[in-house]
Amino acid sequence: MSDHRHVDEFTGIETTGHEWDGIRELDNPLPRWWQWVFWACVVWSVGYWIVYPAWPLVSSHTKGVIGYSSRAEVAQEIKTATAGMADQLERVRKAPLEQIRTEASLREFSLAGGRSAFNVNCSQCHGSGAQGFKGFPNLNDDEWIWGGTIDAIFRTITHGIRNTEDENAHQSDMPAFGRDGILTKAEISDVAEYVLSLSGQAADSAAAARGKPLFTDNCTACHGDTGGGNAEFGAPALNNDIWLYGGDKQTLVETITNSRRGVMPAWGRHLDEATVKQLAIYVHSLGGGK
Amino acid sequence: MTFLVFLPLGLISLLGLSLAAGADDAVMYGHGLLMAAFGFLGVFWVISRDGDIGGPAKAVPGGVNYNDAVIRAGLIASTFWGVVGFSVGLVIALQLAFPVLNLDLPWTSFGRLRPLHTSAVIFAFGGNVLMMTSFHVVQRTCQARLAGGWAPWFVFWGYQLFLLMAASGYVLGVTQSKEYAEPEWYADLWLTVVWVVYLLVFLGTLWRRKEPHIYVANWFYLAFIVTIAMLHIINNLAMPVTLTSTKSYVLFAGVQDALTQWWYGHNAVGFFLTAGFLGIMYYYVPKQAERPIYSYRLSIVHFWSLIFIYIWAGPHHLHYTALPDWAQTLGMTFSIMLWMPSWGGMINGLMTLSGAWDKLRTDPILRLLAISIAFYGMSTFEGPLMSIKAVNGLSHYTDWTIGHVHSGALGWVGMVSFGAIYFLAPRMFASEKLYSLRLVSAHFWLATVGIVLYASAMWVSGIMQGLMWRAYDSLGFLEYSFAETVEAMHPFYVIRALGGLLYVIGGFVMAWNVYQTAKGRIRDERPYESTPAAPQTAPAE
Repeated sequence: MSDHRHVDEFTGIETTGHEWDGIRELDNPLPRWWQWVFWACVVWSVGYWIVYPAWPLVSSHTKGVIGYSSRAEVAQEIKTATAGMADQLERVRKAPLEQIRTEASLREFSLAGGRSAFNVNCSQCHGSGAQGFKGFPNLNDDEWIWGGTIDAIFRTITHGIRNTEDENAHQSDMPAFGRDGILTKAEISDVAEYVLSLSGQAADSAAAARGKPLFTDNCTACHGDTGGGNAEFGAPALNNDIWLYGGDKQTLVETITNSRRGVMPAWGRHLDEATVKQLAIYVHSLGGGK
Repeated sequence: MTFLVFLPLGLISLLGLSLAAGADDAVMYGHGLLMAAFGFLGVFWVISRDGDIGGPAKAVPGGVNYNDAVIRAGLIASTFWGVVGFSVGLVIALQLAFPVLNLDLPWTSFGRLRPLHTSAVIFAFGGNVLMMTSFHVVQRTCQARLAGGWAPWFVFWGYQLFLLMAASGYVLGVTQSKEYAEPEWYADLWLTVVWVVYLLVFLGTLWRRKEPHIYVANWFYLAFIVTIAMLHIINNLAMPVTLTSTKSYVLFAGVQDALTQWWYGHNAVGFFLTAGFLGIMYYYVPKQAERPIYSYRLSIVHFWSLIFIYIWAGPHHLHYTALPDWAQTLGMTFSIMLWMPSWGGMINGLMTLSGAWDKLRTDPILRLLAISIAFYGMSTFEGPLMSIKAVNGLSHYTDWTIGHVHSGALGWVGMVSFGAIYFLAPRMFASEKLYSLRLVSAHFWLATVGIVLYASAMWVSGIMQGLMWRAYDSLGFLEYSFAETVEAMHPFYVIRALGGLLYVIGGFVMAWNVYQTAKGRIRDERPYESTPAAPQTAPAE
């Protein structure tokens, strides 16, 4: 409350003479460097306003002396990026798949482009390493539900599987043997035991023997006499240890009872042809391409 | 006269009951009942206090009859909300590292808990600290009792009601999806009423002051209160679907909505978390250091430049978006010009410690205050840096932003608040001294190490993320998928959660210390040795 100036003992600087609840204030000037840096920032900003679009006017704004616009900038960057690839993409678009696969420069370009497109569009379901998840096939192995030749892969990617957007999508429906009352629970259990034995897993031999004729009547039309599968119907092989949904008893019973109906988009409707071709080359290269 | 307060309380109860009676959804029903309960309980509480609005902890003969009771309540609320807010932060940090912790329930999913965390730490913890300290500082520096009779209590309890409505609404899925402004229209209106009363109490106390001048801390508090009112009202302009429904639609659309939101969002940082907490610094640092403020002139110049420039900086949150280029330019350049005005506060804070640096060895409270200023300086340098478009192109949408926010929030806002809480606890509870200074020191180290782990993990993770997003291979194709960047960030998310855990533990240590102090206990511990009598730095000639 005292309103008289007072010299601070430690610094030797006078206070302003104000005091609040024991707090005084020294009468130091503004630090010189602080002022300089502040004004430097102001000068820089004013310079920036002159160069770039800055102040709004009544119906427009100041444009800046270099005519910058971030839209033009991004358009230019995209143009430069695509121009660098345009030739190669055009060659990919025109060349047959087999030529892309065998010609070194096209192959290298397509593998890079395919990997990039795979990461963006496919990895969500098939995994970053194409290792697959339950219901989404692993693309590294030799098992191809809809065919593993490069043309078959291209067709699957282009039209997809069981989607509603492309009439050429792969179509096939396994019956829901339990839900639709085709087989009884006991019969389904027997068929599952037989499938276990087909794939070389431990199975109840009596039940498997009962399941064999049921399998022949109901399943071989698509999955083949020995469960070897048929890519024409998208019927997976049942005689190995690669499973889309799982090969244990419980999952097999679930699959036979309710069927499965995996769906994949028709990428030909979302990506350009060159990208789909690159995807086919990349997926084919992953390990199991036929 | 006192019982005039029953009129507004009764009206609030009626309003709450009618909202509950006509409610279109379950949340409005619950919040209507909450509002009605607030009014009823308020009436009983006022009666039970028998006209006692609240006095100082220890009456001094001839001294001012300060209203310290409301500050005591603020201490409890700040500590409570701090611990809650930090803990929810730890939970969501762990959810990011281990998504299974979302529990597959809507109420515990990251999307709902994240606003619970941000609102709990900013508005519940930070807001209560600001109200508590502003009520303390304005009384002490004006030598006047808080104005408005029961009004400060209405501000305190009304604010807690707002927080309860906001927090329970988030968990139940009620949000208007505006960052840091998630509460729906009715909670916003309630906060507006509370805030206007807060402003009037503050102005009324300034009006009563016995000092000729208004102390700098009060300028900052006043700027905070006035500006937050303006930001809150404009950003939350919305049309409710019906007057008894929780749902509303925001008045603005598209890029105008985005700009309004970030004009609000950035100034919530500027005026809530910066100006308000500078008010705290300007009182508690010189008090704890027992040193005069370094420069009166600097405080004036940096106050006005900060206030004038900060309000323009919001568009830097919308670089490279649909926002017109000219607005992006202004947002960026004003952020650059803001650098020195922000640092004015740091200089005034740190230089005020000159002559008191030796106390850092023996006074952990002053250490908390000093490091908070250091973090303030660091974040207010990093902010303008990140507002530069070229830098922002890398940092935006990455964890770098999260690291920046937390070095400011944990380092500056948190630490300066802890300092103020430790300063106030013994004084407001009339205890001889704080329960334990050793525990304050433990808190200091837990929090500091926690922040360092947090911020450095987020820098590495954020810059890595930004670089991975923009990486192209030699043929011009994108190098990484989004999922690969997420996978790469996992270890840093674990480190971040560890840093958060340390900070949370520090919060619990503080809560224990405040609780024991409130009980009037003093821990039996080795005292900090005061500076030896050996010659100190010689006074300047």
